[in-house]
Amino acid sequence: MTETQHFWRWSEKTYQAPDLDWRAASSITVGVDVGSVSSQAVILADGKLLAFNSTRTGSSSPDSALRAFRGAAEPIGLTLDDISYAVGTGYGRVNVPFADRTITEIACHARGANHMGGPSIRTILDMGGQDCKVIRIDERGKVLNFIMNDKCAAGTGRGMEVIADVLSVPIEDIGRRSFEIDEEPAAVSNVCTVFAKSEATSLLRAGWSVNKVLAAYCAAMAQRVAGLIERMQVEREFFITGGIGKNIGVTRRIERLIGVEAIKLPADSVLDPQIAGALGASLFAHSLYRKAQKEAAAAGGTAPGNGGTPGGAAEPAGEGAGVAG
Amino acid sequence: MIANYGYEDGSGFYYITVDTDICIGCTEYGCTKVCPGNVFAVEMDDYDDFVCTVAEGARKRLRELCSVCKAQNGSGGTERKLPCTAACPGGALRHSW
Amino acid sequence: MIVAGIDVGAKNVHAVLIQDGVVLAKAAVVSGFDQEESAERGLQEAARVAGIDRSAIQAIAATGAGRKALAIAGQQPTEVLADGRGAAKLRPGARTVIDVGADEARAIRLSPEGKVLDFAINEKCAAGAGAFVEAMSRALDMSLGDFATSSLGSTQSIPMNAQCTVFAESEVVSLIHANTPAADIARAVHDAMASRVSAMVRRIGVDDPVVLGGGAALNVGFVKSLSEALGGVNVEVLPDAEYLGALGAALIAWESAS
Ligand code: SF4
Ligand code: SF4
Repeated sequence: MTETQHFWRWSEKTYQAPDLDWRAASSITVGVDVGSVSSQAVILADGKLLAFNSTRTGSSSPDSALRAFRGAAEPIGLTLDDISYAVGTGYGRVNVPFADRTITEIACHARGANHMGGPSIRTILDMGGQDCKVIRIDERGKVLNFIMNDKCAAGTGRGMEVIADVLSVPIEDIGRRSFEIDEEPAAVSNVCTVFAKSEATSLLRAGWSVNKVLAAYCAAMAQRVAGLIERMQVEREFFITGGIGKNIGVTRRIERLIGVEAIKLPADSVLDPQIAGALGASLFAHSLYRKAQKEAAAAGGTAPGNGGTPGGAAEPAGEGAGVAG
Repeated sequence: MIANYGYEDGSGFYYITVDTDICIGCTEYGCTKVCPGNVFAVEMDDYDDFVCTVAEGARKRLRELCSVCKAQNGSGGTERKLPCTAACPGGALRHSW
Repeated sequence: MIVAGIDVGAKNVHAVLIQDGVVLAKAAVVSGFDQEESAERGLQEAARVAGIDRSAIQAIAATGAGRKALAIAGQQPTEVLADGRGAAKLRPGARTVIDVGADEARAIRLSPEGKVLDFAINEKCAAGAGAFVEAMSRALDMSLGDFATSSLGSTQSIPMNAQCTVFAESEVVSLIHANTPAADIARAVHDAMASRVSAMVRRIGVDDPVVLGGGAALNVGFVKSLSEALGGVNVEVLPDAEYLGALGAALIAWESAS
């Protein structure tokens, strides 16, 4: 492959809490989400959001996990040695070298979304680089029902990248440009990304503007994802996470199709829906660490034998951990 | 938890649904024994329960893996006749196609 | 009397001319944006090959994805009908017909007399059709022919994890980076596609003799993988396999014209 411009690259993002001194904290817990396209790390100090970082996943999962962590930790002088407990999630979760445990991205997204969007969130749509998931959760962020598709590129970020490349449009502009049209066109008729790509090329040849083709493609993607959501039935409130969640060309059309608007984070929020998985993992890390400590205390001290919380990992997410919105 | 494993591609919708709340009490794991395609695995889930899952390597190939069973037993309305659903005492499994 | 059958696919147009029940000429052209125009080009090319004037063609039957767009066609048989008719002619007694084209794969069960009993189609996922192998050979920078034959020299079977054409391209690239021999990659690709096609064929049952048509029939690597995926049955490659649909359409046109 030749070195061409990469129209599909997302920019990277990092955040460090300005007013939190992690050196005074009694626990530092970390969640790392190694996705197919991007990797995130979230660091909590005593359950409060300390830092996060999002970076593109490279060819090696362990390296990407480390890079995501360092991006968050280095600006505040934190190192791997300072971690009390770490949870890995995402498709590369088994390759997070410093993880104490792995948890599926389904459970982590559920918990992260519950935290970001609040306990009223019932349905989550996570559109990632190589998959698409719909998760139904209860008020504690526990998974009740889920469906995911990671086989087919149609309806995933990868499918969007293919079209970004064909049309030479930077991926971050697709959403906006797909609305700069006179009239909403019919959706691209082919579901399959391979066939949709040739269809897009013929539409261009037939004289369609690039924006109109983008609109038709976003509409097709939205139809597909909406179909998956409807199989699970949307229960309010509805929340969208993951990288493609930033593509309003797709999300707004999904909202139109299912007739439910997604809960948005407040404009001044430092959080980013893309870190939901890593945030959920860091919250799991926090409660798993507390559970382990309690058990250690119970075993070592005179405490009664019921020190551990039953199903500790599923502990209510809201408890103790107040992440600044 | 209702877990849907499988996929949707241009050609159709292929999912096996597992009601893991039923699996939690199961001790036989009949599905894993009868399936000729090695579709099932028993694993500890995120909430520390042992439940039946569709094995990682099978999740994207269900239509192919189940094609022999389905050719012999039919599908959809006659799904109870599939070896896996017949072997599950609690009725935790369903096929979407 | 001269009649024509044309198979208007998304990638190619195949045309077959028949004179008094006997094949007179065959031609293939690349499909353009305008299906009407592509079909016309195909017919002209076939006429040129036959050494006749285009106006000598008295009846036309069209099949393939673009058949409905053709006003010139007096008949528009479905691909299933055309394939069944063509296969019964080329291999009398064939019971299972598999046609794998660039964009679509079909399996048809025929009665001993050559009547269509049952069929299954996979039309909407590129991973189950010839487009899959084409994309992978491009990723390997090999011609389709080299890619097909190299598969026969494979010494180990490696499974492909990605099932989608788009994801499989990246997987092939990483296999190349891992220095996997091209032959083994080619076999993995053919096995993967054969497994999907065989799942479709099993839906209608596999009765001997099994015949294979469509562009993928020319791919020896795929034919071998398909035979294995179907449990070792003998898969007979039809002569002029890629003209199967066009031939069937021409036969249908001739039968109704005479
Ligand atoms: S429909 Fe297309 S995009 Fe989806 S799995 Fe098949 S080849 Fe891939
Ligand atoms: S139908 Fe059931 S028993 Fe048969 S291969 Fe599929 S999962 Fe296994």
